[in-house]
Amino acid sequence: MTDFFETSVGLPYGWAWFLATIIGILVIALPLMLAVAMIIYADRKIWAAMALRRGPNVVGPFGLLQSFADGLKVFLQETIVPTAANKGLFLLAPIITFTVALIVWAVVPFQPEVVLADINVGLLYVLAASSLGVYGIILAGWSSNSKYPFFSAIRAAAQMVSYEVAIGFVLISIVMWAGTFNLTGIVEAQKGLYGFINGFAFNPLLFPMSIVFLISSLAETQRAPFDLTEAESELVAGYQTEYSSMSFALYWLGEYANVILMCTLNATLFWGGYLPPLDWAPLYAVPGIIWLFAKILFFFFVFSWIKATVPRYRYDQLMRLGWKVFLPLSLFWVFLVSGVLMFMRVGI
Amino acid sequence: MIQAIAFYIFALVVLLSGAMTIASRNPVHSVLWLILAFFNAAGLMVLVGAEFIAMLLVIVYVGAVAVLFLFVVMMLDIDFASLRAGFVRYFGIGLVLAVALVAEILIGVFAWDAGGIELSRRAAPVDAGVPNITAVGYLLYTRYLFIFEAAGFVLLVAMIGAIVLTHRERSGSRYQNIARQVARRPQDATRNVRPEIGQGVQL
Repeated sequence: MTDFFETSVGLPYGWAWFLATIIGILVIALPLMLAVAMIIYADRKIWAAMALRRGPNVVGPFGLLQSFADGLKVFLQETIVPTAANKGLFLLAPIITFTVALIVWAVVPFQPEVVLADINVGLLYVLAASSLGVYGIILAGWSSNSKYPFFSAIRAAAQMVSYEVAIGFVLISIVMWAGTFNLTGIVEAQKGLYGFINGFAFNPLLFPMSIVFLISSLAETQRAPFDLTEAESELVAGYQTEYSSMSFALYWLGEYANVILMCTLNATLFWGGYLPPLDWAPLYAVPGIIWLFAKILFFFFVFSWIKATVPRYRYDQLMRLGWKVFLPLSLFWVFLVSGVLMFMRVGI
Repeated sequence: MIQAIAFYIFALVVLLSGAMTIASRNPVHSVLWLILAFFNAAGLMVLVGAEFIAMLLVIVYVGAVAVLFLFVVMMLDIDFASLRAGFVRYFGIGLVLAVALVAEILIGVFAWDAGGIELSRRAAPVDAGVPNITAVGYLLYTRYLFIFEAAGFVLLVAMIGAIVLTHRERSGSRYQNIARQVARRPQDATRNVRPEIGQGVQL
């Protein structure tokens, strides 16, 4: 698009690039907001169906406009800032969560060549941005100056830091196999496994890591069964307890944007991203973005399914799973994968 | 043009937030200013083309180290008055350290300007085509392999040392046996009884 503004409109390169980037950001962020609204509806419907309930069915046809009605409701509410709160940080915290949930989308490839920022450290950028996500929660917990949010913030910080370690090692295995940190490169490296199938998860060596990554991504987004940060039986609403109105809605949006992002990462890193599942020419006639969306929706269904069926973990079980199971397993897998690669590609 | 604007914004924010780290009264605010400084320093790294170092700075310092700082500072009950009390006492030594640091930087700059340093001895700049992850990885795992691994061992020793120093066995602790918890079956733990009216249940 930079070329279009430079040649057709006749802008200098700097401004052409600037305009093209702004438009690219809007093209990703605005549909994402719509997707978040619809995915909240889908989550509630799936959850209701599994509990043999109807779910939202009043606002609009099939209740499709429920999220918009909720959005309007919180928008019209009064923003309440507790007197004991640290005002600046209290209002900054939801903005951080929401922004961080959006910026990672810059490196997600939607189709070959269709990516906002095709940087060669794409995966590290994802890790860096997701490691910022914890600040929104810690700051909310601390600045609320209230007990439940503070406990929740401490839980969240410990949980996210623990599972980031496992996620880091899983990503190292993937990067070694693909030989690049660039997300488009990783997707392309999954093409034609055994000559007919696309996706690292079909490789028996990397399949266990895809499971570890799926479970860790549940923990990283604080979805059930790892939603201890907002365990209502112990902590009221966790770090969001003191929030109301739009500041609460920003957490809501950020949380679901993060969930969609984690579904996208699962799809992109292990299940071939925008590639069709089989390496068969007619399937490539379908645009890559359709395949990507289908995979995202599949993983979102899995997330909802788990939320509807699995009981919440105890906190010590959560920590044990992160540090005593996933960390040694993924660390061992890094050695295993690098050993296999040395044997296969370099030779002893 | 855009690079220059970006550089001045990043540099200004680094300097301001560095100053605020020292000046702010609340230690939690200090840590947050420090995080802002780290983050903008990462922006500067991106501008000079060291995107790998920039991402590492964010992942390691912002994502891990600063979270731990924040954790500790939030949990500690810090007495601000006693922190302020030492200001006059440590002012002299602080000033000496600051002067020494500035002097060292100046000496470094002047020595570089004076010439006489053989340019071929400098670390070779990386080809523009090679991503700097590849370049750093290649150097670390070939030429500096032993130094790199030695650094790893130093960290390992430091970690084990910290654990050995702080770990103490408490008597009378009871541990969970996870395998037993997992292997527990409903029929071992529960009993289905139908007591007669007025009889109750034998436990």
